[in-house]
Amino acid sequence: MFRHPAVIRATHWANALCLLVLLMSGLQIFNAHPALYWGKASTFDAPLLAMSSTEDDPPKGVTTVLGRAFDTTGWLGSSAGADGEPADLGFPSWLTLPSDQDLTGGRSWHFFFAWAFVLNGTLYLFYGLRSGQLRFRVVPQRDQIRHFGASIWEHLTLRFPQGDEAKRYNVIQKLTYALVLFVLLPVQVLAGLAMSPAMDAAFPFLLTLFDGRQSARTVHFVMAALLVLFVVVHVALVLLSGFWNNMRGMLTGWFVIDRKVEPAPVTGKTRA
Amino acid sequence: MSRFLSRRVLLTGASAAAATAMLGGCDRLGNAEWFKRTLKTGEDANLFVQRLLLTERTLAPEFAEADISPVFKPNGTEDPPDKGYKALAKGKFAKYHLEVGGLVEAPFRLSLAELRTLPARTQVTRHDCVEGWSAIGKWTGVPLADLLTRAKLRPEARFVMFHCADTMDLGGDDDGEDDGATDDSGSQEEAPAGNANPNMAKQSGGGESKKDSGGQQASEDTAASGGSPVRYYESIDLVDAFHPQTILAYEMNGQPLPVANGAPLRLRLERNLGYKQAKYVMRVEVVESFAHIGEGKGGYWEDQGYAWYAGI
Repeated sequence: MFRHPAVIRATHWANALCLLVLLMSGLQIFNAHPALYWGKASTFDAPLLAMSSTEDDPPKGVTTVLGRAFDTTGWLGSSAGADGEPADLGFPSWLTLPSDQDLTGGRSWHFFFAWAFVLNGTLYLFYGLRSGQLRFRVVPQRDQIRHFGASIWEHLTLRFPQGDEAKRYNVIQKLTYALVLFVLLPVQVLAGLAMSPAMDAAFPFLLTLFDGRQSARTVHFVMAALLVLFVVVHVALVLLSGFWNNMRGMLTGWFVIDRKVEPAPVTGKTRA
Repeated sequence: MSRFLSRRVLLTGASAAAATAMLGGCDRLGNAEWFKRTLKTGEDANLFVQRLLLTERTLAPEFAEADISPVFKPNGTEDPPDKGYKALAKGKFAKYHLEVGGLVEAPFRLSLAELRTLPARTQVTRHDCVEGWSAIGKWTGVPLADLLTRAKLRPEARFVMFHCADTMDLGGDDDGEDDGATDDSGSQEEAPAGNANPNMAKQSGGGESKKDSGGQQASEDTAASGGSPVRYYESIDLVDAFHPQTILAYEMNGQPLPVANGAPLRLRLERNLGYKQAKYVMRVEVVESFAHIGEGKGGYWEDQGYAWYAGI
């Protein structure tokens, strides 16, 4: 079946590129002050999370989360810099863009790809609404809601729908996409905007929404982490449910429905 | 069929190329001039859109006294090494004068005592460092608009420059061709935020800033070395200059401005990040263009690659 129209495919990959660059340049920006707080201003002596390095030789990386310290040498707080020497970095240089400590470089990348992300996302939403693709992708059908429990079990046992049932997205998939599209990503954008002093002047409700600029920064970080989690699960399921078929689908639009197993249509009627 | 295959080959090739570019080439790409310029369009868009969203009088949020941060973290230069400045500080800035000049009809000089007699504005506002942290402080000072009105801008006036007392770099490696590639003084990378902020990184949570930052290294021998020292400077346009919350502050939290925070006079530019808010302001110069000043980007950190517009 022809599953993914060209606009969906193009915006999907453009979005993937944007999110990757935004993540890596975002970690670069985070590294300029690798600590998070809650509220209007920074409470330097009581961060929610902080990464630092010790005076030892070689230095140890320490990550403090809600007052509990963890040794994260080599990963967080202290890791090999771009030149291989131990460096005082929040996140390691191979995760940041640019790889060297370079706040202004990170900001340039971040803002450019933030605009690209927003424009691309707007195109996706407009196209998705007009073409009915969005409905197809995120709105569960009635019988799907009724069999929500069964669907969870299928997911946990990694049994993927086949035949006719594979022609539509399953209920958990739809709800997850809806959550990402209508909660995670918009909150991420708003939290990003709330960190801008000029945006706070224009739209003070941003500060009310997030309980202050430092909270907004923390929310921005947590949303980024949740998006990473989404991508990890998304890619894992792409791999497990037929990598080549899925990739062909998102590259060319064509997705093969396996007919070998004659499907017992999982409709409300037959089950009821 | 063959069309399909070739398309697939093309797509596979393209994604492989993209992956390689991501892994190895991003840094190289990020250093290419044309690409840097392309990325900068994102920051140009920030300025364009924010100027559309904000009126000239849209105020930055103001806070309650209870919100004032117990410690207002200083950043960048915390104790200017310059002899002239040290002498002024020793005399409690009694001999300090602010100069207002450039493209104005009536240039003037005012002592700190005279500045204090002018109508003042007090505001409790949040200071946002480009590094990511924030602190809230109470500021009292003279609205810049009043000073500029008094000086009477000439029609060509477009920007207001702030020339500061603190030396950031030894001028030895003169006319340093391009951005930051030349400095070996060590002060820039370490040194965050000149005056007011960037780059500090390094330490995390406990940010009570180390003493080794900023101009410290660029110490007194500057004068002796013969090079012209690079002092902190900044520029803003007239929209920001005439904004009601734009003040030259001489008090912080009800006390005379401490040296670490920019004594005797610093700029507060509340809808912008910290590095725009020059400390140790000595001279206000109205200009038509800043292309001939420093490396021509409009400020010390701008010359190191930071965006001229810092509303985000």
